[in-house]
Amino acid sequence: MKIVFEARNIVKRYGGVTALDGADFALREGEILAVIGDNGAGKSTLIKALSGAIIPDSGEILLDGKQVHFRSPPDARAAGIETVYQDLAVAPAMTIAENLFLGREITMGGAIGRVLKILDKKEMLAQATQRMADLKVGIRSMTQAVETLSGGQRQCVAVARAAAFAQHVVIMDEPTAALGVKEGNMVLEMIRRVRDRGLPVILISHNMPHVFEIADRIHIQRLGKRAAVVNPKKISMSDTVAIMTGAKSVEEISPELLA
Amino acid sequence: MNDRLKNLPWTTLGPWLALLAACAFFATQSDRFLSAENFSLILQQVMVVGVIAIGQSLIILTAGIDLSCGFVMALGAMVISKLAVESGLHPALAVSLGLLATCAFGLLNGLLVTKAKLPPFIVTLGTMNIAFATTQLYTSSASVTDLPDWMTALGATFSLGGAQVSIGTCLMIVLYILVWRFLQDTATGRHIYAVGNHAEASRLSGIRVDRVLIGVYVAAGFFYGLAALVSLARTGIGDPQAGQTENLDSITAVVLGGTSLFGGRGIILGTLIGAIIVGVFRNGLTLMGVPSVVQTLITGVLVILAVAVDQFSRRGAR
Repeated sequence: MKIVFEARNIVKRYGGVTALDGADFALREGEILAVIGDNGAGKSTLIKALSGAIIPDSGEILLDGKQVHFRSPPDARAAGIETVYQDLAVAPAMTIAENLFLGREITMGGAIGRVLKILDKKEMLAQATQRMADLKVGIRSMTQAVETLSGGQRQCVAVARAAAFAQHVVIMDEPTAALGVKEGNMVLEMIRRVRDRGLPVILISHNMPHVFEIADRIHIQRLGKRAAVVNPKKISMSDTVAIMTGAKSVEEISPELLA
Repeated sequence: MNDRLKNLPWTTLGPWLALLAACAFFATQSDRFLSAENFSLILQQVMVVGVIAIGQSLIILTAGIDLSCGFVMALGAMVISKLAVESGLHPALAVSLGLLATCAFGLLNGLLVTKAKLPPFIVTLGTMNIAFATTQLYTSSASVTDLPDWMTALGATFSLGGAQVSIGTCLMIVLYILVWRFLQDTATGRHIYAVGNHAEASRLSGIRVDRVLIGVYVAAGFFYGLAALVSLARTGIGDPQAGQTENLDSITAVVLGGTSLFGGRGIILGTLIGAIIVGVFRNGLTLMGVPSVVQTLITGVLVILAVAVDQFSRRGAR
């Protein structure tokens, strides 16, 4: 299957600490790829490199086979990579429609509309309603303030925003960490719908049941490198954790469990 | 409540109710209170603090606060009047330099808040003293009198249904409507709310937070400059001690108008109502013969009440 987003031999050092020690990464078309790893495995550094939050010391990142150099998160966003953060990065007092389009408002045509950046509220409202309906988010009014929503619904707004604007990839950084069981499942269901609509998803999570429930493949990060990519439909959760913690090496498990 | 109704400016009913209650009370206390003449007087009395409070509102919407506003306005007024009267500069040039001075203070506040990452309270506490001292040094604490006609033109009045309406009052109301529409209908306006509401979420959404904040502080400086013009027209002299009551009254107006001191919530038209409430209290209490020190005391109680009501109602809404 085609590889959409790839990183080769990424190195990132912070002073004397090597966070990434020649890490590789590959995301395929239309898949949910989970990224797991113990604390200090370089998981979040890898994701930051992919989303433009840090600049790697060496190595290359390829999007659709072409090399890219992200200097900041807006660079990655402009290239079609959207990130959802765990801490519900929405403006609570603003409406759902406003949050969906925050920083990317649709403005009126004409010279005055463009210069003053006059909002086309009707169009934004219509598009917001459409996009939320596409992803089957059961929220009726797009003009209610985000703070009137539950934590899970808020995260759904954040996911919908990412899905609406991502051209290539959606990165989800612990999207269910701050949520309860029911709310978490709601967000998982939504992530699945994003994938089903053709956008590949990178899911960073500590929650093994969640990872096994929705991931198509699991990237295991260990000691600054990619230790293995496994198939959650075949491998057991305990073997996965064993590789992640170093209790088992990749050579010790059957090759057919890899993906 | 349906959505359309929710988005209308009078949703913040509190300030309107407070204004009505205050008017009803003073009407029972003084025969002269409920007259067109008296109301036009109130509007003239609030026009300086009203224009300052536009800038203050913008800053408070970003979760900041400006303690320097009245003193910056005084500096602007002195620059304009001294340059025009004593140095004989062309009116347009004198006004431009005055606005430049107030905007420069706004820029200084904005840079210290964003680049030096200092709390707005401390920054503007500092610039308040700097602006005050600068004004005194520049003027040797002397007033400028004999202002030319063009400088007092904003104080001129015209008759409207038996009441004398000043041009400054009209300017204030027009400014409020323009800024209100700007905040509601433009991307930049919404970004001001977003930054005050959740700065980090705004940054992650690609909003250049520092740029928004610096813009807001400079714009506030501009409104203080306009307030300086209104103040010169209203009092007829360039007074280096001006703006001291307005400095804190502007914050009172914003709070009474229902804008949250935590940022990101509130409608700027509420500030206009808040300013009028302050004016109504001062005017009504004066008509009742209450000494001005006691009026100040009552204004203080009013602010604390307004903030408390705001806090409790928000807690109840959650």
